[in-house]
Amino acid sequence: MSADMTQSGAEILLRALKDQGVEVIFGYPGGAVLPIYDALFQQNAIRHILVRHEQAAVHAAEGYARSTGKVGVVLVTSGPGATNAVTGLLDALMDSVPLVCLTGQVPTHLIGNDAFQEADTTGITRPATKHNYLVKRGEDLARVVHEAFYVARNGRPGPVVIDLPKDIVINKAPYAEPTVQHPSYRPRTEPDMGQIAKAIVLMKQAKRPVIYAGGGVINAGPEAAEALTKLARLTGFPITHTLMGLGAFPASDPQFLGMLGMHGTYEANLAMHGCDMMLAIGARFDDRVTGRLNAFSQGSRKIHIDIDGSSINKNVPVEVPIVADAGKALNALLAAWQASDEPTDKPALAAWWRQIDEWKGKDSLKFTQDIKRGGIIKPQYAIQRLFEITKARGKDTFITTEVGQHQMWAAQHFHFDKPNRWMTSGGLGTMGYGLPAAMGVQIAHPDACVVDIAGEASILMNIQEMGTLAQYRLPVKVFILNNQYMGMVRQWQELLHGSRYSETYSSALPDFVKLADSFHATGMRAQSVDQLDDVINAMLDCPTAVIADIAVDQAENCFPMIPSGAAHNEMLLGPEHESSGVGVTDAGMALV
Amino acid sequence: MPSPTDTTQRSATISVLVDNESGVLARVIGLFSGRGYNIDSLTVAPVDAAGLRSRINIVTSGTSMVIEQIKAQLDRLVPVHRVADLTMDGPHVARELALVKVIGFGEQRVEALRIADTFRARVVDTTLGSFVFELTGNTDKIDAFIELMRDLGLAEVSRSGIAALARGSSVI
Ligand SMILES: Cc1cc2nc3c(=O)[nH]c(=O)nc-3n(C[C@H](O)[C@H](O)[C@H](O)COP(=O)(O)OP(=O)(O)OC[C@H]3O[C@@H](n4cnc5c(N)ncnc54)[C@H](O)[C@@H]3O)c2cc1C
Ligand SMILES: Cc1ncc(C[n+]2csc(CCOP(=O)(O)OP(=O)(O)O)c2C)c(N)n1
Ligand SMILES: [Mg+2]
Repeated sequence: MSADMTQSGAEILLRALKDQGVEVIFGYPGGAVLPIYDALFQQNAIRHILVRHEQAAVHAAEGYARSTGKVGVVLVTSGPGATNAVTGLLDALMDSVPLVCLTGQVPTHLIGNDAFQEADTTGITRPATKHNYLVKRGEDLARVVHEAFYVARNGRPGPVVIDLPKDIVINKAPYAEPTVQHPSYRPRTEPDMGQIAKAIVLMKQAKRPVIYAGGGVINAGPEAAEALTKLARLTGFPITHTLMGLGAFPASDPQFLGMLGMHGTYEANLAMHGCDMMLAIGARFDDRVTGRLNAFSQGSRKIHIDIDGSSINKNVPVEVPIVADAGKALNALLAAWQASDEPTDKPALAAWWRQIDEWKGKDSLKFTQDIKRGGIIKPQYAIQRLFEITKARGKDTFITTEVGQHQMWAAQHFHFDKPNRWMTSGGLGTMGYGLPAAMGVQIAHPDACVVDIAGEASILMNIQEMGTLAQYRLPVKVFILNNQYMGMVRQWQELLHGSRYSETYSSALPDFVKLADSFHATGMRAQSVDQLDDVINAMLDCPTAVIADIAVDQAENCFPMIPSGAAHNEMLLGPEHESSGVGVTDAGMALV
Repeated sequence: MPSPTDTTQRSATISVLVDNESGVLARVIGLFSGRGYNIDSLTVAPVDAAGLRSRINIVTSGTSMVIEQIKAQLDRLVPVHRVADLTMDGPHVARELALVKVIGFGEQRVEALRIADTFRARVVDTTLGSFVFELTGNTDKIDAFIELMRDLGLAEVSRSGIAALARGSSVI
């Protein structure tokens, strides 16, 4: 620590951020953070993006972080600034997104006095963050900032809050260089080689293997996705992704079974159900994935790689737990597989693939689009065309989503061949995530094509961010699948509550074209299938931000669907298929 | 491999070595309440000369899958250095201190004193109508003592919760 005490806490803070490689902060000012805004004003190294709501600042930082692998940074004021950020923080915690969120706080001598805009921010955010700090002494400031970045990015990534009383950022403070090691937090990243050897034995013996890979592979970086791709191709095993894993393994590869889980494909879920060996990597056996636990893949021996020991054996017991970074463990598996001369059971594997191909033949994502002039647009078709047209254009494309049916259709019909191109709120399922997240992605990738696939209800939850898009000339495209319903909730009401559509109709919607216009963006609309391609092309050609309001079939449901409390082999298929699956049990009704 | 179908409950005494920083206890307690785990007993105090580290002893109960999960959840908290399951890792000693106030007269009072003697409880305060007994031991012993005092004028109890260490030369 240098004894030099010529800089204010705010200047020390910015210096520490700069030393951590921070280029952008998403934030919103207020009384408690005025000194920090003053210091920001007097420097050029760090860019500040002024959002329109603190929740959006956090989602923007998430989009920035997930599309780059860097830590996203947020700055908000005390009290309401901090409480507005809480939803975003919990979203980042659930989805393992590395963030550092700086919150203003009343001066230390007023803490606990119910001072103006005081909130117990560390208390409120404790269960919504990976860790949080209240800086009470200037000499701790620089160290805490460095520690916060270390904690946010190492181990299972997550959001970290630093609560900064106003006097701490005003008073002079000493600087400290970035810390290299944390005294107590040292997550294990190297796999145990004994466990790797055990895993290889199970993998070589497998007759019906499946690889189940999730968001942890994205967290582990593009090298991990590459190692996963190599391992899958080397072994020839079928592979499925969770919602959060999409893009780690190329979707265009014939070994890819599509997404699994509640709205996963028939082949992915039946492969999970019927496999005899499951290799789970950076996936947390979420209830959206497993369905009814006591029916989940009963006949398989399981290997589970996760950097967080608490993810292993939490919901599903496994034979071979491996606590490690996904990239490191995958590379170890690759090397060990290549070094082993143990044969695989080729005839069994071939039979397994024949079975999978038969399941694939069911074409569980099938839908029928009426392509006549005036035909009602199917939401799946709108996404399929968006995918095909962006692909043909060849520009690097990033997709964010809101939450609902449109999100699931996007996961099913937009295909990702690379990691970090797909940003969605999986664990918390936060409506209003997509637009600010897209903003953060576009800041990080100014030349890329960034599309928020939205629902008409979700988009209204952070619509104010159209102002941010205008201010920074961010050409984000908002592609609304407008079914005039909170479709996902309406679907559950149809299937579970006798089609009583209680409060799920989107009444009094704004005119999205005019709304775009008033925010200095471009609005467009497609009413029928013949207008769809033109609108998509016009949207992608447009140099400004766009809201494209796509009127889609209001009655469409998202299939396949494993109803809550059902098993993988009890999946409901859509109207395109003969009836299958079971209904919802009483126990299932109580689940979310 | 813990089995989800194994629903037998077990009790676990878990010791956690943490940085003695503000909020650390709230983190641990919040983890238990937020995730619906039981706390049967909890003690915390600094244990090194500089007062930088504290030891938290928690007695909890659950299925073995839940207890494994509790340990994993504790272990991932940033200020946690070590988590030890004293119940699983071998024999351990667990002791609790209790202060027990008994109000009574005549034969009751004599009987209370006699029982205290067999339990090796010390009288740390006395008036003509009351005693405060101090008693150390495992939880069962203290429960038994309190139970006996019920008929003899038991008025108030204050218990420390459990302090525990592994037997032998091993340390956490
Ligand atoms: C409306 C709706 C419907 C949904 N339907 C589905 C569905 O049908 N199918 C589906 O899959 N999901 C669905 N979800 C998402 C679901 O709720 C979960 O968010 C998702 O399944 C979790 O993905 P994951 O298991 O990959 O874990 P993540 O939440 O991405 O967690 C990552 C895991 O990897 C670990 N990890 C992190 N970093 C590393 C590293 N470097 N190395 C190793 N491990 C690491 C973490 O510890 C964690 O265990 C839906 C969500 C919504 C909102
Ligand atoms: C903040 C928040 N509130 C409520 C919900 C519950 N919810 C999940 S999906 C959904 C409807 C979304 O409607 P829309 O955005 O139109 O998408 P659609 O399902 O119609 O595609 C609701 C209300 C949620 N996920 N997030
Ligand atoms: Mg809708």
